[in-house]
Amino acid sequence: MLLIPCPWCGLRDEAEFHCGGESHVVRPPDPDAADDAAWAAYLFDRDNAKGVGFERWLHRHGCGRWFNVARDTVTHEIRAVYGMTDPRPETAS
Amino acid sequence: MTGFRLAAGGRIDRARPIAFRYDGSWHQGFAGDTLASALLAAGVDTVGRSFKYHRPRGIFAAGPEEPNAIVQVGPRPDLKATQVPLAEGLEATPVNCWPTARFDVGAAIGLAKRFLPAGFYYKTFKWPDWNWWEPLIRRAAGLGRVDPAATAPAGQRRHLHCEVLVIGAGPAGIAAALAAGADGRRVVLVEQDPLLGGSLLVDPGEIDGMPSDLWLRQAEAALAARPRTRILRRTTAFGCYDHGLVAAVERECIVWKIRAARVVLASGTVERPIAFQDDDRPGIMLAGAVRAYLGRWAAAAGRQLVLFTNNDDAYRTALAWAEAGLAVTAVVDARRSADGMLPEAARAAGIAVTTNAVVERAHGRSRVAGVTIRDGAGGTRRLACDTLAVSGGRDPALALFVQAGGALAWHDGLAAFVPGDGGYVAPTGAATGLSGLGSALAHGHAVGATIAGDGAPPQALDTPEGTILAMWHAGGDPARSWVDRASDVTVADVGLAAREGYVSVEHYKRYTTGGMSPDQGKSSAVLALSLLGRETKRTPTEVGTTRFRPPWDPVPIAALIGADRGPLLRPVLHLPADDRHRARGALFEEYGGWMRPACYPAPGESREDAIRREAAVVRAHAGIFDASPLGKIDVRGPDAGRFLDRMYIHRLSTLKPGRLRYSLATGENGIVVDDGVVARLGADRFLVGTTSGGAQRMAESFEEWLQCEWTDLDVFVTPVTQQWGVVNLAGPRARDLLAAAGSDIALDGTAFPHMSFRDGQVAGIPARLARVSFTGECSFEVSVPARRTAELWDALIAAAARAGIPEPSPFGVEALMTLRIEKGYLHVGADTDGTTYPADCGFADAVARRSDDFVGRRSMRREDALRAGRHQLVGLLPVGDDAALVSGAHLVATDGGSDGHVSSACWSPAVGGRIALAMVRDGRARLDEAVTVENLGRWTRARIVRPVFVDPEGARLA
Ligand SMILES: [Zn+2]
Repeated sequence: MLLIPCPWCGLRDEAEFHCGGESHVVRPPDPDAADDAAWAAYLFDRDNAKGVGFERWLHRHGCGRWFNVARDTVTHEIRAVYGMTDPRPETAS
Repeated sequence: MTGFRLAAGGRIDRARPIAFRYDGSWHQGFAGDTLASALLAAGVDTVGRSFKYHRPRGIFAAGPEEPNAIVQVGPRPDLKATQVPLAEGLEATPVNCWPTARFDVGAAIGLAKRFLPAGFYYKTFKWPDWNWWEPLIRRAAGLGRVDPAATAPAGQRRHLHCEVLVIGAGPAGIAAALAAGADGRRVVLVEQDPLLGGSLLVDPGEIDGMPSDLWLRQAEAALAARPRTRILRRTTAFGCYDHGLVAAVERECIVWKIRAARVVLASGTVERPIAFQDDDRPGIMLAGAVRAYLGRWAAAAGRQLVLFTNNDDAYRTALAWAEAGLAVTAVVDARRSADGMLPEAARAAGIAVTTNAVVERAHGRSRVAGVTIRDGAGGTRRLACDTLAVSGGRDPALALFVQAGGALAWHDGLAAFVPGDGGYVAPTGAATGLSGLGSALAHGHAVGATIAGDGAPPQALDTPEGTILAMWHAGGDPARSWVDRASDVTVADVGLAAREGYVSVEHYKRYTTGGMSPDQGKSSAVLALSLLGRETKRTPTEVGTTRFRPPWDPVPIAALIGADRGPLLRPVLHLPADDRHRARGALFEEYGGWMRPACYPAPGESREDAIRREAAVVRAHAGIFDASPLGKIDVRGPDAGRFLDRMYIHRLSTLKPGRLRYSLATGENGIVVDDGVVARLGADRFLVGTTSGGAQRMAESFEEWLQCEWTDLDVFVTPVTQQWGVVNLAGPRARDLLAAAGSDIALDGTAFPHMSFRDGQVAGIPARLARVSFTGECSFEVSVPARRTAELWDALIAAAARAGIPEPSPFGVEALMTLRIEKGYLHVGADTDGTTYPADCGFADAVARRSDDFVGRRSMRREDALRAGRHQLVGLLPVGDDAALVSGAHLVATDGGSDGHVSSACWSPAVGGRIALAMVRDGRARLDEAVTVENLGRWTRARIVRPVFVDPEGARLA
């Protein structure tokens, strides 16, 4: 059970959160211009990193805010939390 | 001879005798006994039968590692007798014998078929297949029974936070807790036993110049006096999880989730045996257990002891036995020599010590009656005894350490795994491989202290101990030498598993089932992996251990469930006018988390009759319906319209204030996820209606898109479902009834047309009136503050009598479903599934009209979404017998496969027969085609029709 540092509420139990999957997935700016392969990649292709991965989490039973988490999927170490519009942070992996 | 109670001593209360029944016979023990100690003292040799061979088994251990004394207490199966506190009137039975442990029919298995090797079941019962045999084999070999009628005791889940959690209250754990809480830090000390003290309860000594019992009392008092130290007795830490979460179970009913900044593991050791032939006979026990029963419970396992050891520590058992005035035949020590302090003390006590010798086999059938020993020169001789204490060394109890991320390291000098690097728990005391009381106290103090050099550790001397000689199988027939008693795995099975290729310790475990019983291989795991290593010429490090998964010890499901049962398992919502529906005899059912009236049966009326009557009354006169659970989301802000355009398949930014629009929401994959009616309250404000079940999901989806994707949009989302009570009047007389109730809103169809709303008052209550219909009838949806719902309900019904109109008939969800099927109105989740695009259910034009983007649009433009042959929503009317026209039935294609399925069906009062909606391959191009519908072997002919059975022109909506 992870302890997740919500940027607004501080360290809270994982049970309060919902994981929204991989973050930084770019929605094609003009979907009509995206071919089927590009659209499918947006919908389905994920890095599924072994090591540091970037996910978005919702503090569902707390402040209700989404934020990004850089989490090592092997050790579960949380390397960083950052805003939804912030760039992917540098994390040594 | 059997076991008996010593005349004096022990930590039992002889003034409080306790009667209990085991396996049908009454016995007596004392307060402070466990079921195991009481059975031992009562002279019960055979406490159960083994799992596969039904061999007689006696008590083997004194703690959670007990493999043999697995008992059923009332409705609870698979408890270890060593962990069951004795209580007045306790009734227990062994789990694996019939009719009794002493005379067991299943023992014929052991006699008829000499032995069932590892994998026997899988190899033998392949024909006709394993599933055919499994129930028979389970009945013969199962452990315990579950009474489905029994109610489990109430459990709890609770939380604790502290700076230091100490697991285990032996000398090291107590020293750690004393040091950790000295400066007022929050400390939690958990101990699986009812008493603190650990090894001190069995092996007392001198600490800080006083008897250890006195020191223990003082230490316990000091801890109890600290307001921020909490002691949890009879509490077993059973799991270490990510980020420092430790789970523990107290008195088998409270599960504690403990978050600690630091975790100290003082879990001690578990003794292991050495295997030899027939080493599972009753009367053969772990040396430490024999000593524990003597010292702690004044229970002697027998009268004449042989001790078989490869280490110094076990000599304490022979010394204690002799001190109790009992006979020691000999100590058989596998080591070439034994001249440490403890062996010398044994010799000084007149005990015969034979070194460089092993016990090769045990004699006796229902109880050990002697042993054959083999000396270094190969000579054998027989020794008489009624009790054999065996010790193959001690394994630090490190399951929690590994769960917490630590790595184990094999220590040749100790012939055991000790803590290596990593993990978030700090092991201390015997769990690190340390021996000696003084060392344990000093180490515990150092690990517990937050500030280095803070205070002095409790002082005690170490008893020097000689080295251990690693030994796993001493001799005799490997097929009769046990590794895992609880699962009936022998030394030969380990060899067989290795020869058949199960050389990974995980494969070995699954093939032999070793370590899978209630004791989870606590005393046998290292023995097993060492034997596996011997067979495959690998070191214990190379073999490794099986993965240590929580729980370390079984946890009752009732404790894990906590309060999540009955009505609390999944709490439901009740309507704001719940009591009004009750008063009218509503039959409540759960719909999307809400308890709603399915229908309102009159006395003696069936559910089905009530539904038909209610639906008919709505068409003929008027009905009243509680629609409060329909989802409502307030969406406002300068970009609200733009945002909703992107969330729904219709443009909503073009909606005029005061008007309503129905639309569908899809996911980014283009599949329908929800529908609802959207009201434009003002230039920057919308009230979005959702399905009852979709209210929370849609609001969360809105937030996710706004927070994660369209962060430039200025929109606020507020779910308001439960702030409003909503009552719907529907039917030809709905307008008259509403007028009778009194409203300042003009109700005629010109001033107030279908799909518009007005704010005003109804029956003196501030209300929003919406002309929206899910029945196909002229319908008024009245929304008021939730707390005034019952008042509104009463007023709408009372108004009828005043105006001389018959009352509106309350109708439930099922009649509403009948009415909407008659009109072909979509029910998302019933008529749609995970493959349904809007075009499939009649919304192709709406999608085609959009040239701008919205969620899911791109997916709807894929070839697969536009191809011919997709399933489309149509109606079905039976031709003749209508028995198979039910939801879930399939249309039979010409090739015998499925051509689609019935998605909704009902008996329609308006049509006078069954009608259905169906998703049918190319359905819209097949109107009037006759098809065959099949449901569970019943067949119906039906005709494909447009999905509207009543008022296709919509004249009734005016
Ligand atoms: Zn938060």
